[in-house]
Amino acid sequence: MVATDASASSRPPAVLAFDMDGRQAGASPAIPILDVDPFAMEFFADPHPTHEVLREAGPVVYLDKWNVFAVARYAEVHAVLNDPQTFCSSRGVGLSDFANEKPWRPPSLILEADPPAHTRTRAVLSKVLSPAVMKQLRDGFAAAAEAKVDELLARGSFDAISDLAEAFPLSVFPDAMGLQQEGRENLLPYAGLVFNAFGPPNELREAAIARSAPHQAYVLEQCQRENLAPGGFGACIHARVDSGDITAAEAPLLVRSLLSAGLDTTVNGIGAALYCLARYPQEFARLRADLSLARNAFEEAVRYESPVQTFFRTTTRDVEISGHRVGEGEKVLMFLAAANRDPRRWAEPDRYDITRKTSGHVGFGSGVHLCVGQLVARLEGEVMLSALARKVASIEITGKPTRRFNNTLRGLESLPVKLTAA
Amino acid sequence: MPSVTYIHSDGRAETVTAGDGDSAMITAMQNGVDGIVGECGGGLVCATCHVYVDDAWMEKVGAAATDEDEMLEGVAAERSPNSRLSCQIKMTDALDGLVLRLPDRQF
Repeated sequence: MVATDASASSRPPAVLAFDMDGRQAGASPAIPILDVDPFAMEFFADPHPTHEVLREAGPVVYLDKWNVFAVARYAEVHAVLNDPQTFCSSRGVGLSDFANEKPWRPPSLILEADPPAHTRTRAVLSKVLSPAVMKQLRDGFAAAAEAKVDELLARGSFDAISDLAEAFPLSVFPDAMGLQQEGRENLLPYAGLVFNAFGPPNELREAAIARSAPHQAYVLEQCQRENLAPGGFGACIHARVDSGDITAAEAPLLVRSLLSAGLDTTVNGIGAALYCLARYPQEFARLRADLSLARNAFEEAVRYESPVQTFFRTTTRDVEISGHRVGEGEKVLMFLAAANRDPRRWAEPDRYDITRKTSGHVGFGSGVHLCVGQLVARLEGEVMLSALARKVASIEITGKPTRRFNNTLRGLESLPVKLTAA
Repeated sequence: MPSVTYIHSDGRAETVTAGDGDSAMITAMQNGVDGIVGECGGGLVCATCHVYVDDAWMEKVGAAATDEDEMLEGVAAERSPNSRLSCQIKMTDALDGLVLRLPDRQF
């Protein structure tokens, strides 16, 4: 266990304090203070060298740009994720502390909740997105992936982000949700907004919120029971009102959670996998030789690229993290992406290896808040990579890939490619 | 330290030692035993650590709790009365010598 109860230790009950020079006072051992802004454009352009600096500086660091503690090693990230009593989510999983600031939207009943309240809502979404439900969806998703790959092979050259990583989830997920046809163009902007809003009040966050009114209005409307088609995830959530698991007021907010987190994440996950397989043709060749590796090739891309880069927690008490004292009410930033490449946990962490044993990576989080939609993501990723491996001989990058910047999500804006048929 | 034997669908058996309190899923991961995937890392989300508990051990291992029972509905291979998710089987000395049979597929 990495986190211990500070009140039970023999150390003096000092809370960290920092003087005007940024030096630490009244705490031991010292927590390194780093001048790193993990929400700056230059950081997003190439986060890996700074991730290494964060990991190697110590088990816990302090980022004075935003006055937050941060963990970047696997053991500490995993420990924080798995101690929701100490590292809570109900004060927000972004920089904003809901104890002091009004949230930009009504808080999520699952992401921004703690046990025991979280347990009930989590169980509802977990059942709506269960392995048994995925079995029913599999054939339809697989057929859609085949059709998409056939269409793209006929075109030859295209943009792997807009034409595939976005187009494929958009062709299956909104229908699986039971969404109306009109207004779907709001889905990706809304998700981009949600994930930007976890960040600090920088240009990305402020601009996203400033533009958000129409997207928020769409989502609010689309979450209502009468606007969700029978049989979809949305209707299944509302059906839980009838069985007494949730209230009529809670159901739309739980639908909102799927609209917030169910699309942009898979877009970036599939985009990551395509970018990996295009950059590492020997891995694509291994996949073509053994189609049973499709699911793990997607999983390894989630570890390697970590589409969701960071989340925050807030301490509910004085706590020690690996011997370092952190006071109550502090924001702790978890670098999921850095943990997923921590050499303390992973052999050759910077290598994309589709046969790697990926179990335990924190690309979907860990513990009670482990991504509840991960099976949808894996299903989409697996059927798409499987279709590509069967039908495509090579994926060639034909232009310069460009990044899309977001405070939480990592992915590409554009990836020009050319496919050759198998 | 309790030992556990995993019998693959082709009949091959591997016996490894578990850390006390570790799950049978984690034990397989840490010892390089294939056939258990454990995609979600033990979060009771994915149903890819499905095992069949050997008949002789059924009583000691016990039945699945409600949440696990619902997850077992979604396992890829056939579900049987002795199906369990190995992330929910905690290895203790009482289970020393446990025998688990692995399904032919996990997804």
